[in-house]
Amino acid sequence: MRGVTFTLILLGIALAIFALGRWFGSSYAFFMGYVVLQYIVLGTAWNILGGYTGYVNFGVTAFFAIGAYSTVVLHKLIPAMPLPVMIVIGGGLAGLVGLGTGYLTLRLRGVFFSIATLALAVVVQTLITNWDFVGGARGAYVLRPRVAPLIGGEYVQYLFLMMLIMCVIVLATARAIERSALGYGFAAIRDDEGAAEASGVPTLRLKLIATGLSGGFMGMAGAPLPYYVTYLDPASGFSLNYAVNAIAMPLIGGTSSWAGPVIGAVLVGGLQEYLRVTISSAVNVLVAGVLMVAFVIAAPQGIVGLFQRKRK
Amino acid sequence: MSALLTVAGLGKRFGGFVALDGIDLEVQAGERLGLIGPNGSGKSTLVNCICGTLQNEQGSVRFADETIDGLSAHQRTRRGLARSFQLPRPFAGLTLAENVRIPILYAVNARPSGHLHGAAIDERCLELLALVGLAAKARQRPRDLTQIEMRKLELARAMAADPKLLISDEAMAGLSHAEVDEIIALLIRLNEQGVTVIMIEHIMRAVMEFSQRIACLVAGKKIADGSPKDVVRDPEVVRAYLGE
Repeated sequence: MRGVTFTLILLGIALAIFALGRWFGSSYAFFMGYVVLQYIVLGTAWNILGGYTGYVNFGVTAFFAIGAYSTVVLHKLIPAMPLPVMIVIGGGLAGLVGLGTGYLTLRLRGVFFSIATLALAVVVQTLITNWDFVGGARGAYVLRPRVAPLIGGEYVQYLFLMMLIMCVIVLATARAIERSALGYGFAAIRDDEGAAEASGVPTLRLKLIATGLSGGFMGMAGAPLPYYVTYLDPASGFSLNYAVNAIAMPLIGGTSSWAGPVIGAVLVGGLQEYLRVTISSAVNVLVAGVLMVAFVIAAPQGIVGLFQRKRK
Repeated sequence: MSALLTVAGLGKRFGGFVALDGIDLEVQAGERLGLIGPNGSGKSTLVNCICGTLQNEQGSVRFADETIDGLSAHQRTRRGLARSFQLPRPFAGLTLAENVRIPILYAVNARPSGHLHGAAIDERCLELLALVGLAAKARQRPRDLTQIEMRKLELARAMAADPKLLISDEAMAGLSHAEVDEIIALLIRLNEQGVTVIMIEHIMRAVMEFSQRIACLVAGKKIADGSPKDVVRDPEVVRAYLGE
């Protein structure tokens, strides 16, 4: 029941944010907000596997780009397909790839798993780069409709709204996991896989759930990207930024709670955007890198951890 | 009546090294068995094969009238086979109460018989911690515990799965005399509640005090099995421990 209340509160906040944006009426605010929201989804998705279950995924771009490129394919095949359907398909595909990777690699632990996910990103990028249908290395144009369906106004508002809804779904899921038997199972795997198994935890099945969910959510986050950028090529779809930010944001915010990736994404995403406008557009990866190093040394539990320690 | 646990002709190799060679072992329901043997004799490998952490290549393991070969460790735990680890392996990120919660959620609640929810789980967690005298530290994390408390947490977590058979793998190594007595008393109390216990131990005083029967492994073979007095006088056992 408390999960329902939480979801309703999230929906209320989301609605308020959107209403505020409409009232403000600046398309720049929507463009910027979209990026922050996208990182909330990506960071939370990464955290389900990386934070809760303890498997560090460096291959974020693989799942993200599968979502993005599935939209490119769908747009070419059925241009009239509504965006929410594309998001579901993109997320589903990435989730399936997550399951497959999980099945193949989860016998690897620690750093070996991480290396395997890195390899996955390279493999997927190579495949996409050599696939002419989606533009290969040249990239593909996806024309954005001028007006948003249903809600009217600029199309970016529609993209923003989609990402906002995804945020609600992903955060509600993450919080539900934290408070369920699944969350305890994930935590047991993170702390000691052998002891978890001896305590009756079906570790392989739980890890597959984690990789599937995590991958699926990353794919969902990537699915609207072609409409956002209108021109997608492998270099931007597989940009290192996504991987670095999706890892840095939960680490900075705190990996133990759903609130961590949100705080991290708002803080780092906001700061990056501010610096992009005021200093230069190249400085934003540096921000994530420097902050990540600082937090790993000074506050390994992230910002959420700092507050929890104070409360004690 | 058939035995609770029957190990028949169990064999395990690591490459060319024969760790276990044709082990036969029966444990009756309600029994207290001591398992001894010098370092490297295969005691822990035997436990790992019984619990499913390792899969045996030869022979078979029957538990509660069911052949459990090929089942994974969590499936065996759900069937009522629990173990504690030689070196304590607590879930470091979780509180003590949450540590014992895991087997309740995943072993007890996975059985058709038992479904605990909400407050009943919290209550059971405290009850388990109280059983080993750790109830006051329920909200602390394992890093705050002393060695003996860590061993007790290991046992509490194994007991949380509500097992028919508990295998205690060297729960007493490195503990003081009084602490050893405490753990023995705890294991006997569990046994009186109806749990069959296999105790693996190097501390002979503890083994003699606790066991109704002792089995001795040497170099992957079982060389003795009988009443504690007979086993410690067995010339082969004496030779294995003290040499010619």
